Amino acid sequence: MNADNEVIISVKDLKKYYDDGEVKALDGVTTDIRKGEVVVVIGPSGSGKSTFLRSLNLLERPTGGTITFDGEDIMSPATDINKLRQKMGMVFQHFNLFPHLTVLRNMTIAPMKLHGLSKDEAEKKAMALLERVGLDDRAKAYPSQLSGGQKQRIAIVRALAMDPEVMLFDEPTSALDPEMVGEVLDVMKKLADAGMTMVCVTHEMGFAREVGTRVIFMDCGTIIEENTPEEIFGNPQNERLKSFLKKVL
Amino acid sequence: MGKQSESKQSELIMVSRKKYAAMILLFGILSVPASVFPVLGLVFGIIAISMYVKNNSVKTLMMADVGKTLGLIGLILNLIITEIELLFFPLEKIPSWLAKYREVFFASDFWLDFENNFLTDTRYTYIGKGLLTTFQVTIFAALLGIGLGVVVALVRSSYETLKDELKGGFGKAVLFVLYKICGVYLTVIRGTPVVVQLMIIYFVIFASSNNKVLVAVLAFGINSGAYVAEIIRGGIMSVDKGQFEAGRSLGFGYVRTMALIIIPQAFKTVLPSLANEFIVLIKETSVSGYIGLQELTKGGDIIRSRTYSAFMPLIAVALIYLVIVMFFSWLVSLLERGLKKNERR
Ligand SMILES: Nc1ncnc2c1ncn2[C@@H]1O[C@H](COP(=O)(O)OP(=O)(O)O)[C@@H](O)[C@H]1O
Ligand SMILES: [Mg+2]
Repeated sequence: MNADNEVIISVKDLKKYYDDGEVKALDGVTTDIRKGEVVVVIGPSGSGKSTFLRSLNLLERPTGGTITFDGEDIMSPATDINKLRQKMGMVFQHFNLFPHLTVLRNMTIAPMKLHGLSKDEAEKKAMALLERVGLDDRAKAYPSQLSGGQKQRIAIVRALAMDPEVMLFDEPTSALDPEMVGEVLDVMKKLADAGMTMVCVTHEMGFAREVGTRVIFMDCGTIIEENTPEEIFGNPQNERLKSFLKKVL
Repeated sequence: MGKQSESKQSELIMVSRKKYAAMILLFGILSVPASVFPVLGLVFGIIAISMYVKNNSVKTLMMADVGKTLGLIGLILNLIITEIELLFFPLEKIPSWLAKYREVFFASDFWLDFENNFLTDTRYTYIGKGLLTTFQVTIFAALLGIGLGVVVALVRSSYETLKDELKGGFGKAVLFVLYKICGVYLTVIRGTPVVVQLMIIYFVIFASSNNKVLVAVLAFGINSGAYVAEIIRGGIMSVDKGQFEAGRSLGFGYVRTMALIIIPQAFKTVLPSLANEFIVLIKETSVSGYIGLQELTKGGDIIRSRTYSAFMPLIAVALIYLVIVMFFSWLVSLLERGLKKNERR
């Protein structure tokens, strides 16, 4: 259904080597991310999922290949990477909230400094977002006073406060106690339903099946198989994918 | 009555107006705590009693101790005020028990030694002026050290994080050169004794100048800067890498990520270490005598060379350092506690 939507991110032959090529974290990854897609990246640990995701907003500098965002080569010296990153929200496994700032300030600092919003505007927007994830009563709290699930929900709305075109998630529920996984996945599902373009690295196969529009299976730095969730989970082709699914399902 | 006040007046004429004003001032300043402390002591005593009644034994002892200490301070202050009064109005009638103690005290070796070392020829000015110089050098050296340290730490940590990101060219070359200069600075300064650095700056680099305070400020500032740089760099590195990534992923550039997210967090963790560096600096300035700067230690040493008695002046100098260091250590501990509290909230 998204097949003819406009491509936002286009990745071609992406390579990332460490230690002078001894470690090939990414070894030729090619794929397109289209508007409105929810791409779920799965694969064994060390397969390069994080490196792939972090290359998309250049937190990692690729060794080779190209990435374009809205048609713009993100690695070109002419590109203002800080401007581009404002269009790509990122959510980390360990939340990375700013501990010295209140929840509200965590959410308003970037819109105020980077989008030039006034304090009132930024706070109004932040409060609306907090309401959406049911945390408007925690606006004045500091991150250390929140549970893991609350922290991650705040991290998501902090990224959303910048009105990104794409959201990148790197194992957003892996550091959570099991009882808090659901509340974070709920927020992500709502976001997907609202039409956000998302790339999610996750081990939550239920989420991949239910919310994903496309699943990418990675191993050893390459994409082994990519397809709709139905095909990936119902009719896996590659042996490595089959044995991976056997382990995680 | 009349006769006594007359002789009082004749005494008054003998002291200069300036001394008169100084004494009245000291008298006034001292009499406030001298009257407040015993009252506070009494209050704590009453608290102690009420706690005893309520059967809270640990707090009772604590309160009683505080009360006792306050009372004792009040007593000592009152004795000092009495001495000032007597200095001023020698014919004032004093209680006979006090007169007896004074007679013994002022004839004691301790007092004679004290008088010889600190009062004769107004030798206390060596200590007083020396203390001022010590503070002067320490404060300005600390400011210089923090300035230098921040710059060096930022140069070094920004080169380390930016060397992969910068696409080469002029900016990177400049940063690289600065990085190397900072590296040499740290190695040389931390690899040689501060006294040697002080003497090189005074006798070699500033051979033509005789501004010893300036030289000392420069030497100790430059020296302290190297240690401050490492403290701050450690603070920056102690901030989780994820914080930097979160800042950058929101779209903040390197400088803003540092200024808004990393430095504020690093600052909190290094504040106690920086304060400790200040305490170290106070003590370190005591080697300034090598260039003939008359700070506290040198002041005590000059007295020693005049009176040929080492005990009084050196112990006095040591006590003054001790009190200062204890005071600042106490401030640091308050600071640390405050910061911890802040973290939890
Ligand atoms: N900084 C690094 N230096 C060397 N090797 C690295 C570095 N970061 C990641 N790698 C390697 O790259 C591979 C892919 O890592 P990653 O993308 O984190 O995998 P995943 O997220 O799928 O678990 C792993 O083999 C990992 O050891
Ligand atoms: Mg990973």
